[in-house]
Amino acid sequence: MNPSLFSPEGLAGVIFLILICVTMIGAIIATCTKRLIRSVSGLAVCFVGVAGLYYFLSSPFVAMMELLIYVGAVCVTIAFAIMLAEPDEAKMARKLSGLSGGLAAVCGGAVSFALGYAAVNGHWMAPAVQANDGSLKMIGQSLLTKYSMVFELISIVLLVAIIGSVALARAGRRGN
Amino acid sequence: MNELIRLLAYMLGLAAFLGLNLAYLGWVERKGAGHFQRRTGPKDVGPYGLLQPLADGLKLMSKQLVVPANADRALYMCAPILIMVPAVLLFVAIPFGEHLVPREFNFGLLMMFAFASVGGLSILIGGWGSGNKYSLIAGARAVSQNVAYEIPMLITAINIVMITGSMDLNEIVRQQGAYIWNWNIFRLDKSLLMPISFLVFFICSLAETNRTPFDMGECEGELVAGYHTEYGGMGFGLFMMAEYANLVIGCSLTTILFLGGWQSPIGIFPGPHWFLLKMYFLIWCFVWIRWTYPRTTFWGLLNLSWKYLIPFSLVNLLLTALFIKVF
Repeated sequence: MNPSLFSPEGLAGVIFLILICVTMIGAIIATCTKRLIRSVSGLAVCFVGVAGLYYFLSSPFVAMMELLIYVGAVCVTIAFAIMLAEPDEAKMARKLSGLSGGLAAVCGGAVSFALGYAAVNGHWMAPAVQANDGSLKMIGQSLLTKYSMVFELISIVLLVAIIGSVALARAGRRGN
Repeated sequence: MNELIRLLAYMLGLAAFLGLNLAYLGWVERKGAGHFQRRTGPKDVGPYGLLQPLADGLKLMSKQLVVPANADRALYMCAPILIMVPAVLLFVAIPFGEHLVPREFNFGLLMMFAFASVGGLSILIGGWGSGNKYSLIAGARAVSQNVAYEIPMLITAINIVMITGSMDLNEIVRQQGAYIWNWNIFRLDKSLLMPISFLVFFICSLAETNRTPFDMGECEGELVAGYHTEYGGMGFGLFMMAEYANLVIGCSLTTILFLGGWQSPIGIFPGPHWFLLKMYFLIWCFVWIRWTYPRTTFWGLLNLSWKYLIPFSLVNLLLTALFIKVF
Protein backbone atom coordinates (compact mmCIF):
# COMPACT_ATOMS: atom_id res chain seq x y z
CA MET A 1 0.00 0.00 0.00
CA ASN A 2 1.49 3.30 -1.02
CA PRO A 3 0.16 6.36 0.75
CA SER A 4 -0.15 9.38 -1.50
CA LEU A 5 2.61 11.96 -1.36
CA PHE A 6 0.55 14.69 0.26
CA SER A 7 -1.07 12.63 2.98
CA PRO A 8 0.54 12.89 6.44
CA GLU A 9 2.10 9.42 6.04
CA GLY A 10 3.53 10.32 2.65
CA LEU A 11 5.04 13.58 3.91
CA ALA A 12 6.47 11.77 6.92
CA GLY A 13 8.08 9.31 4.54
CA VAL A 14 9.60 12.14 2.49
CA ILE A 15 10.98 13.74 5.66
CA PHE A 16 12.40 10.39 6.72
CA LEU A 17 14.15 10.05 3.35
CA ILE A 18 15.53 13.60 3.62
CA LEU A 19 16.91 12.84 7.09
CA ILE A 20 18.50 9.62 5.82
CA CYS A 21 20.06 11.60 2.95
CA VAL A 22 21.44 14.23 5.34
CA THR A 23 22.96 11.53 7.53
CA MET A 24 24.49 9.69 4.58
CA ILE A 25 25.85 12.85 2.94
CA GLY A 26 27.39 13.92 6.24
CA ALA A 27 28.99 10.51 6.68
CA ILE A 28 30.35 10.52 3.12
CA ILE A 29 31.82 14.02 3.55
CA ALA A 30 33.35 12.96 6.86
CA THR A 31 35.12 9.96 5.37
CA CYS A 32 35.98 11.06 1.83
CA THR A 33 37.46 14.51 2.26
CA LYS A 34 41.19 15.00 2.69
CA ARG A 35 40.99 18.02 5.02
CA LEU A 36 40.35 17.19 8.64
CA ILE A 37 38.27 20.27 9.37
CA ARG A 38 35.91 19.32 6.55
CA SER A 39 35.63 15.85 8.05
CA VAL A 40 34.48 17.39 11.31
CA SER A 41 31.91 19.50 9.46
CA GLY A 42 30.67 16.35 7.74
CA LEU A 43 30.47 14.59 11.08
CA ALA A 44 28.41 17.48 12.44
CA VAL A 45 26.01 17.24 9.47
CA CYS A 46 25.76 13.49 10.11
CA PHE A 47 24.89 14.08 13.77
CA VAL A 48 22.23 16.61 12.79
CA GLY A 49 20.70 13.98 10.52
CA VAL A 50 20.76 11.40 13.31
CA ALA A 51 19.15 13.90 15.69
CA GLY A 52 16.44 14.44 13.08
CA LEU A 53 15.89 10.68 12.93
CA TYR A 54 15.47 10.54 16.70
CA TYR A 55 12.96 13.36 16.49
CA PHE A 56 11.19 11.47 13.70
CA LEU A 57 10.99 8.45 16.01
CA SER A 58 9.25 10.74 18.53
CA SER A 59 11.99 10.89 21.11
CA PRO A 60 12.69 14.64 21.16
CA PHE A 61 14.74 14.44 24.35
CA VAL A 62 17.33 12.16 22.74
CA ALA A 63 17.31 14.32 19.60
CA MET A 64 18.05 17.49 21.58
CA MET A 65 20.74 15.71 23.60
CA GLU A 66 22.32 14.47 20.38
CA LEU A 67 22.55 18.08 19.15
CA LEU A 68 23.72 19.49 22.47
CA ILE A 69 26.37 16.88 23.19
CA TYR A 70 27.52 15.57 19.82
CA VAL A 71 27.33 18.68 17.63
CA GLY A 72 27.83 21.30 20.33
CA ALA A 73 30.47 19.56 22.42
CA VAL A 74 32.06 16.55 20.71
CA CYS A 75 32.54 18.19 17.29
CA VAL A 76 33.92 21.36 18.88
CA THR A 77 36.32 19.27 20.96
CA ILE A 78 37.47 17.38 17.88
CA ALA A 79 37.97 20.70 16.07
CA PHE A 80 40.19 21.88 18.92
CA ALA A 81 42.12 18.62 18.77
CA ILE A 82 42.66 19.17 15.03
CA MET A 83 44.19 22.57 15.75
CA LEU A 84 46.84 20.77 17.82
CA ALA A 85 47.45 18.04 15.23
CA GLU A 86 49.93 18.20 12.38
CA PRO A 87 48.94 20.43 9.44
CA ASP A 88 47.05 18.92 6.51
CA GLU A 89 49.82 19.68 3.99
CA ALA A 90 52.31 17.43 5.77
CA LYS A 91 49.78 14.62 5.89
CA MET A 92 48.87 14.87 2.20
CA ALA A 93 52.53 14.57 1.20
CA ARG A 94 52.87 11.26 3.05
CA LYS A 95 51.85 8.24 1.03
CA LEU A 96 49.63 5.55 2.47
CA SER A 97 50.61 1.96 1.74
CA GLY A 98 48.34 0.13 -0.69
CA LEU A 99 47.56 -2.51 1.90
CA SER A 100 45.57 -0.18 4.17
CA GLY A 101 43.05 0.64 1.45
CA GLY A 102 42.39 -3.04 0.73
CA LEU A 103 42.12 -3.84 4.43
CA ALA A 104 39.64 -1.01 4.91
CA ALA A 105 37.56 -2.25 1.97
CA VAL A 106 37.47 -5.81 3.40
CA CYS A 107 36.55 -4.65 6.92
CA GLY A 108 33.92 -2.20 5.66
CA GLY A 109 32.41 -4.84 3.38
CA ALA A 110 32.27 -7.39 6.19
CA VAL A 111 30.63 -4.98 8.62
CA SER A 112 28.06 -3.74 6.11
CA PHE A 113 27.29 -7.33 5.02
CA ALA A 114 26.78 -8.40 8.65
CA LEU A 115 24.56 -5.41 9.42
CA GLY A 116 22.55 -5.89 6.23
CA TYR A 117 22.15 -9.62 6.94
CA ALA A 118 20.97 -8.91 10.47
CA ALA A 119 18.56 -6.23 9.27
CA VAL A 120 16.99 -8.41 6.60
CA ASN A 121 16.91 -11.77 8.37
CA GLY A 122 16.57 -10.75 12.01
CA HIS A 123 13.27 -11.24 13.79
CA TRP A 124 12.17 -7.75 14.61
CA MET A 125 9.80 -7.28 17.46
CA ALA A 126 6.64 -5.40 16.68
CA PRO A 127 6.87 -1.80 17.89
CA ALA A 128 5.74 -2.14 21.47
CA VAL A 129 3.74 0.50 23.23
CA GLN A 130 5.88 3.46 24.12
CA ALA A 131 7.86 2.74 27.28
CA ASN A 132 6.76 5.99 28.92
CA ASP A 133 5.36 9.32 27.88
CA GLY A 134 8.84 10.72 27.28
CA SER A 135 8.33 13.51 29.79
CA LEU A 136 11.15 14.92 31.86
CA LYS A 137 9.88 13.31 35.05
CA MET A 138 9.71 9.83 33.54
CA ILE A 139 13.20 10.12 32.06
CA GLY A 140 14.59 11.25 35.40
CA GLN A 141 12.87 8.45 37.28
CA SER A 142 14.00 5.71 34.93
CA LEU A 143 17.56 7.08 34.92
CA LEU A 144 17.70 6.91 38.71
CA THR A 145 15.86 3.59 39.18
CA LYS A 146 15.93 1.19 36.23
CA TYR A 147 19.14 2.46 34.63
CA SER A 148 20.94 3.69 37.74
CA MET A 149 23.81 1.22 37.21
CA VAL A 150 24.49 2.57 33.70
CA PHE A 151 24.16 6.10 34.99
CA GLU A 152 26.73 5.51 37.73
CA LEU A 153 29.14 3.72 35.39
CA ILE A 154 29.04 6.62 32.94
CA SER A 155 29.74 9.06 35.74
CA ILE A 156 32.77 6.96 36.78
CA VAL A 157 34.07 7.01 33.19
CA LEU A 158 33.67 10.80 33.09
CA LEU A 159 35.37 11.16 36.48
CA VAL A 160 38.34 9.12 35.30
CA ALA A 161 38.56 11.23 32.15
CA ILE A 162 38.49 14.47 34.14
CA ILE A 163 41.13 13.25 36.61
CA GLY A 164 43.29 12.05 33.73
CA SER A 165 43.12 15.35 31.89
CA VAL A 166 43.85 17.30 35.07
CA ALA A 167 46.85 15.07 35.77
CA LEU A 168 48.15 15.57 32.22
CA ALA A 169 47.66 19.34 32.42
CA ARG A 170 49.45 19.55 35.77
CA ALA A 171 52.40 17.54 34.46
CA GLY A 172 52.66 19.88 31.49
CA ARG A 173 52.64 22.95 33.68
CA ARG A 174 55.40 21.66 35.94
CA GLY A 175 57.62 21.13 32.91
CA ASN A 176 57.77 24.84 32.23
CA MET B 1 -6.02 23.47 7.01
CA ASN B 2 -6.43 25.88 9.91
CA GLU B 3 -3.15 24.62 11.32
CA LEU B 4 -1.45 25.29 7.99
CA ILE B 5 -2.75 28.88 7.85
CA ARG B 6 -1.68 29.40 11.47
CA LEU B 7 1.82 28.11 10.67
CA LEU B 8 2.12 30.34 7.60
CA ALA B 9 0.95 33.37 9.55
CA TYR B 10 3.48 32.68 12.29
CA MET B 11 6.28 32.20 9.79
CA LEU B 12 5.50 35.52 8.11
CA GLY B 13 5.12 37.24 11.46
CA LEU B 14 8.39 35.85 12.77
CA ALA B 15 10.19 36.83 9.57
CA ALA B 16 8.91 40.39 9.92
CA PHE B 17 9.72 40.53 13.65
CA LEU B 18 13.18 39.12 13.03
CA GLY B 19 13.93 41.41 10.09
CA LEU B 20 12.86 44.54 11.91
CA ASN B 21 14.77 43.58 15.04
CA LEU B 22 17.98 42.72 13.22
CA ALA B 23 17.84 45.96 11.26
CA TYR B 24 16.88 48.30 14.07
CA LEU B 25 18.95 46.82 16.88
CA GLY B 26 21.95 47.93 14.85
CA TRP B 27 20.46 51.41 14.78
CA VAL B 28 19.75 51.29 18.55
CA GLU B 29 23.30 50.22 19.20
CA ARG B 30 24.83 52.99 17.08
CA LYS B 31 22.49 55.62 18.45
CA GLY B 32 23.20 54.44 22.01
CA ALA B 33 26.94 54.42 21.39
CA GLY B 34 26.70 57.92 19.97
CA HIS B 35 24.88 59.36 22.94
CA PHE B 36 27.12 57.56 25.46
CA GLN B 37 30.10 59.19 23.78
CA ARG B 38 28.45 62.62 23.45
CA ARG B 39 27.93 62.28 19.72
CA THR B 40 24.62 62.09 17.90
CA GLY B 41 25.00 58.75 16.16
CA PRO B 42 23.41 58.21 12.73
CA LYS B 43 21.22 61.21 11.90
CA ASP B 44 21.41 61.97 8.18
CA VAL B 45 19.32 59.23 6.55
CA GLY B 46 15.69 59.88 7.41
CA PRO B 47 14.39 61.44 10.64
CA TYR B 48 16.72 60.56 13.57
CA GLY B 49 18.61 58.36 11.14
CA LEU B 50 15.76 55.89 11.11
CA LEU B 51 16.37 54.86 7.51
CA GLN B 52 20.03 54.12 8.22
CA PRO B 53 19.52 50.29 8.44
CA LEU B 54 17.96 50.35 4.97
CA ALA B 55 20.97 52.20 3.58
CA ASP B 56 23.35 49.81 5.36
CA GLY B 57 21.51 46.81 3.99
CA LEU B 58 21.61 48.15 0.42
CA LYS B 59 25.31 48.86 0.76
CA LEU B 60 26.08 45.39 2.11
CA MET B 61 24.02 43.65 -0.56
CA SER B 62 25.56 45.59 -3.44
CA LYS B 63 29.11 44.74 -2.40
CA GLN B 64 31.14 42.19 -4.28
CA LEU B 65 31.73 38.85 -2.55
CA VAL B 66 35.46 38.30 -2.44
CA VAL B 67 36.79 34.93 -1.34
CA PRO B 68 40.35 35.19 -0.02
CA ALA B 69 42.93 33.25 -2.03
CA ASN B 70 43.93 30.76 0.66
CA ALA B 71 40.46 30.35 2.17
CA ASP B 72 38.70 27.00 2.21
CA ARG B 73 36.04 28.05 -0.27
CA ALA B 74 33.24 25.65 0.72
CA LEU B 75 33.59 26.25 4.46
CA TYR B 76 34.03 29.99 3.92
CA MET B 77 30.75 30.22 2.04
CA CYS B 78 28.87 27.89 4.41
CA ALA B 79 29.74 29.52 7.74
CA PRO B 80 27.57 32.69 7.54
CA ILE B 81 24.57 30.61 6.48
CA LEU B 82 25.17 28.00 9.18
CA ILE B 83 25.43 30.63 11.89
CA MET B 84 22.12 32.16 10.83
CA VAL B 85 20.09 28.93 10.76
CA PRO B 86 19.98 28.03 14.49
CA ALA B 87 19.58 31.71 15.41
CA VAL B 88 16.43 32.01 13.28
CA LEU B 89 15.12 28.56 14.14
CA LEU B 90 15.04 29.22 17.88
CA PHE B 91 12.35 31.89 17.54
CA VAL B 92 9.89 29.07 16.87
CA ALA B 93 9.85 28.04 20.53
CA ILE B 94 9.64 31.46 22.20
CA PRO B 95 6.29 32.13 23.94
CA PHE B 96 5.58 35.79 23.21
CA GLY B 97 2.19 35.58 24.89
CA GLU B 98 0.07 32.93 26.55
CA HIS B 99 -1.49 31.96 23.22
CA LEU B 100 1.11 33.55 20.98
CA VAL B 101 3.55 30.65 20.62
CA PRO B 102 4.50 29.47 17.14
CA ARG B 103 5.07 25.92 18.39
CA GLU B 104 5.00 24.64 21.94
CA PHE B 105 7.77 22.15 22.62
CA ASN B 106 7.90 19.92 25.68
CA PHE B 107 11.64 20.41 25.70
CA GLY B 108 11.73 24.05 24.64
CA LEU B 109 14.44 25.02 27.10
CA LEU B 110 16.66 22.10 26.10
CA MET B 111 16.08 22.95 22.45
CA MET B 112 17.28 26.51 23.04
CA PHE B 113 20.55 25.27 24.48
CA ALA B 114 20.96 22.51 21.86
CA PHE B 115 20.69 24.82 18.87
CA ALA B 116 22.62 27.61 20.54
CA SER B 117 25.54 25.23 20.98
CA VAL B 118 25.53 24.51 17.24
CA GLY B 119 26.33 28.19 16.64
CA GLY B 120 29.77 27.75 18.19
CA LEU B 121 30.77 25.23 15.57
CA SER B 122 29.87 27.56 12.72
CA ILE B 123 31.98 30.34 14.26
CA LEU B 124 34.87 27.89 14.34
CA ILE B 125 34.25 26.85 10.72
CA GLY B 126 34.11 30.51 9.63
CA GLY B 127 37.31 31.33 11.47
CA TRP B 128 39.12 28.34 10.06
CA GLY B 129 37.74 28.61 6.55
CA SER B 130 38.91 32.22 6.18
CA GLY B 131 42.52 31.11 5.98
CA ASN B 132 43.60 34.01 8.18
CA LYS B 133 45.43 33.47 11.45
CA TYR B 134 43.63 36.32 13.22
CA SER B 135 40.29 34.82 12.25
CA LEU B 136 41.44 31.41 13.47
CA ILE B 137 42.59 32.73 16.84
CA ALA B 138 39.38 34.69 17.23
CA GLY B 139 37.27 31.66 16.29
CA ALA B 140 39.09 29.49 18.84
CA ARG B 141 38.65 32.18 21.49
CA ALA B 142 34.97 32.70 20.78
CA VAL B 143 34.29 28.98 20.95
CA SER B 144 36.26 28.31 24.11
CA GLN B 145 34.36 31.19 25.67
CA ASN B 146 31.01 29.81 24.52
CA VAL B 147 31.84 26.35 25.83
CA ALA B 148 33.03 27.74 29.16
CA TYR B 149 29.93 29.85 29.79
CA GLU B 150 27.46 27.28 28.52
CA ILE B 151 28.12 25.16 31.61
CA PRO B 152 27.12 27.65 34.35
CA MET B 153 24.24 28.81 32.14
CA LEU B 154 22.90 25.27 31.83
CA ILE B 155 23.35 24.55 35.53
CA THR B 156 21.53 27.76 36.45
CA ALA B 157 18.73 26.88 34.05
CA ILE B 158 18.44 23.48 35.77
CA ASN B 159 17.51 25.38 38.96
CA ILE B 160 14.48 26.73 37.15
CA VAL B 161 13.63 23.31 35.73
CA MET B 162 13.78 21.81 39.21
CA ILE B 163 11.49 24.49 40.60
CA THR B 164 8.93 24.28 37.80
CA GLY B 165 9.32 20.60 36.92
CA SER B 166 9.03 21.37 33.22
CA MET B 167 11.16 22.39 30.27
CA ASP B 168 8.20 23.81 28.40
CA LEU B 169 8.95 27.53 28.18
CA ASN B 170 5.29 28.53 28.25
CA GLU B 171 4.69 26.35 31.31
CA ILE B 172 7.63 28.01 33.06
CA VAL B 173 6.07 31.41 32.41
CA ARG B 174 2.63 30.20 33.45
CA GLN B 175 3.91 29.04 36.83
CA GLN B 176 5.26 32.48 37.62
CA GLY B 177 2.38 34.48 38.97
CA ALA B 178 0.94 37.78 37.91
CA TYR B 179 2.77 40.02 40.37
CA ILE B 180 6.42 40.97 40.39
CA TRP B 181 7.19 39.03 43.59
CA ASN B 182 5.92 35.83 41.95
CA TRP B 183 8.56 35.92 39.24
CA ASN B 184 11.40 33.46 39.47
CA ILE B 185 13.94 36.18 40.22
CA PHE B 186 12.17 37.01 43.50
CA ARG B 187 10.81 33.58 44.39
CA LEU B 188 12.74 33.34 47.64
CA ASP B 189 10.36 30.66 48.92
CA LYS B 190 11.83 28.27 46.35
CA SER B 191 15.46 29.19 46.76
CA LEU B 192 17.11 32.04 48.63
CA LEU B 193 19.68 32.50 45.90
CA MET B 194 17.31 33.22 43.02
CA PRO B 195 18.41 36.87 42.50
CA ILE B 196 22.01 35.71 42.32
CA SER B 197 21.07 32.93 39.90
CA PHE B 198 19.55 35.63 37.72
CA LEU B 199 22.81 37.55 37.87
CA VAL B 200 24.82 34.46 36.90
CA PHE B 201 22.45 33.76 34.02
CA PHE B 202 22.68 37.36 32.86
CA ILE B 203 26.49 37.33 32.92
CA CYS B 204 26.52 34.04 31.03
CA SER B 205 24.17 35.34 28.37
CA LEU B 206 26.43 38.38 27.96
CA ALA B 207 29.33 36.01 27.37
CA GLU B 208 27.35 33.61 25.18
CA THR B 209 26.38 36.40 22.80
CA ASN B 210 30.01 37.60 22.65
CA ARG B 211 29.17 41.05 23.97
CA THR B 212 31.44 43.46 25.80
CA PRO B 213 32.98 43.03 28.37
CA PHE B 214 33.40 39.53 26.96
CA ASP B 215 33.83 40.25 23.24
CA MET B 216 37.19 38.49 23.11
CA GLY B 217 36.25 36.93 19.78
CA GLU B 218 36.24 40.24 17.97
CA CYS B 219 38.43 42.61 19.92
CA GLU B 220 39.34 45.11 17.22
CA GLY B 221 42.62 46.10 18.84
CA GLU B 222 44.32 42.71 18.66
CA LEU B 223 42.40 40.66 16.13
CA VAL B 224 41.23 43.20 13.49
CA ALA B 225 37.54 42.18 13.63
CA GLY B 226 37.63 38.64 14.93
CA TYR B 227 36.30 35.62 13.13
CA HIS B 228 34.56 37.69 10.45
CA THR B 229 37.64 39.70 9.47
CA GLU B 230 37.75 38.19 5.97
CA TYR B 231 34.04 38.56 5.27
CA GLY B 232 32.69 41.43 3.24
CA GLY B 233 29.28 42.39 1.98
CA MET B 234 26.39 40.22 3.08
CA GLY B 235 28.69 37.55 4.56
CA PHE B 236 29.66 40.07 7.19
CA GLY B 237 26.04 41.21 7.33
CA LEU B 238 24.89 37.69 8.20
CA PHE B 239 27.43 37.43 11.04
CA MET B 240 26.22 40.75 12.43
CA MET B 241 22.58 39.75 12.09
CA ALA B 242 23.24 36.42 13.80
CA GLU B 243 24.82 38.33 16.67
CA TYR B 244 21.69 40.45 17.09
CA ALA B 245 19.42 37.42 16.69
CA ASN B 246 21.35 35.69 19.47
CA LEU B 247 21.03 38.84 21.55
CA VAL B 248 17.25 38.80 21.15
CA ILE B 249 17.13 35.09 21.99
CA GLY B 250 19.36 35.48 25.05
CA CYS B 251 17.26 38.34 26.40
CA SER B 252 14.02 36.48 25.63
CA LEU B 253 15.29 33.44 27.50
CA THR B 254 16.30 35.53 30.51
CA THR B 255 12.87 37.19 30.44
CA ILE B 256 11.09 33.85 30.26
CA LEU B 257 13.11 32.10 32.93
CA PHE B 258 13.46 34.87 35.50
CA LEU B 259 11.32 37.89 34.70
CA GLY B 260 7.96 36.24 34.16
CA GLY B 261 7.71 36.37 30.37
CA TRP B 262 4.32 37.72 29.38
CA GLN B 263 3.12 38.03 33.00
CA SER B 264 2.29 41.53 34.13
CA PRO B 265 4.23 43.05 37.05
CA ILE B 266 1.16 44.78 38.47
CA GLY B 267 -1.35 42.02 37.90
CA ILE B 268 -3.36 43.53 35.06
CA PHE B 269 -3.30 43.06 31.28
CA PRO B 270 -0.81 40.20 30.88
CA GLY B 271 0.28 39.85 27.29
CA PRO B 272 3.02 40.07 24.68
CA HIS B 273 3.57 43.78 25.35
CA TRP B 274 5.05 42.99 28.79
CA PHE B 275 7.28 40.36 27.22
CA LEU B 276 8.57 42.80 24.61
CA LEU B 277 9.02 45.54 27.22
CA LYS B 278 11.14 43.34 29.47
CA MET B 279 13.11 41.91 26.57
CA TYR B 280 13.96 45.31 25.10
CA PHE B 281 14.90 46.60 28.54
CA LEU B 282 17.41 43.75 28.85
CA ILE B 283 18.72 44.45 25.35
CA TRP B 284 19.12 48.10 26.31
CA CYS B 285 21.11 46.96 29.37
CA PHE B 286 23.38 44.99 27.02
CA VAL B 287 24.00 48.08 24.90
CA TRP B 288 24.50 50.14 28.04
CA ILE B 289 27.10 47.71 29.39
CA ARG B 290 28.83 47.52 26.03
CA TRP B 291 29.53 51.23 25.85
CA THR B 292 30.26 51.70 29.55
CA TYR B 293 32.75 49.00 30.50
CA PRO B 294 36.11 48.10 28.94
CA ARG B 295 36.91 44.60 27.70
CA THR B 296 38.38 42.05 30.11
CA THR B 297 41.42 39.97 29.27
CA PHE B 298 41.06 36.46 27.92
CA TRP B 299 42.42 34.95 31.14
CA GLY B 300 40.09 37.05 33.24
CA LEU B 301 37.21 35.78 31.16
CA LEU B 302 38.08 32.09 31.48
CA ASN B 303 38.99 32.41 35.15
CA LEU B 304 35.65 34.03 35.91
CA SER B 305 33.82 31.10 34.38
CA TRP B 306 35.88 28.12 35.53
CA LYS B 307 36.94 29.38 38.96
CA TYR B 308 33.90 31.33 40.12
CA LEU B 309 30.73 30.83 38.09
CA ILE B 310 30.87 27.04 37.66
CA PRO B 311 31.64 26.18 41.33
CA PHE B 312 29.13 28.77 42.46
CA SER B 313 26.36 27.49 40.21
CA LEU B 314 27.02 23.90 41.33
CA VAL B 315 26.69 24.94 44.98
CA ASN B 316 23.60 26.92 44.05
CA LEU B 317 22.10 23.83 42.42
CA LEU B 318 22.73 21.73 45.54
CA LEU B 319 21.22 24.41 47.80
CA THR B 320 18.16 24.69 45.60
CA ALA B 321 17.70 20.92 45.63
CA LEU B 322 18.04 20.93 49.42
CA PHE B 323 15.56 23.77 49.73
CA ILE B 324 13.01 22.00 47.56
CA LYS B 325 13.47 18.74 49.45
CA VAL B 326 13.24 20.30 52.91
CA PHE B 327 10.32 22.68 52.40
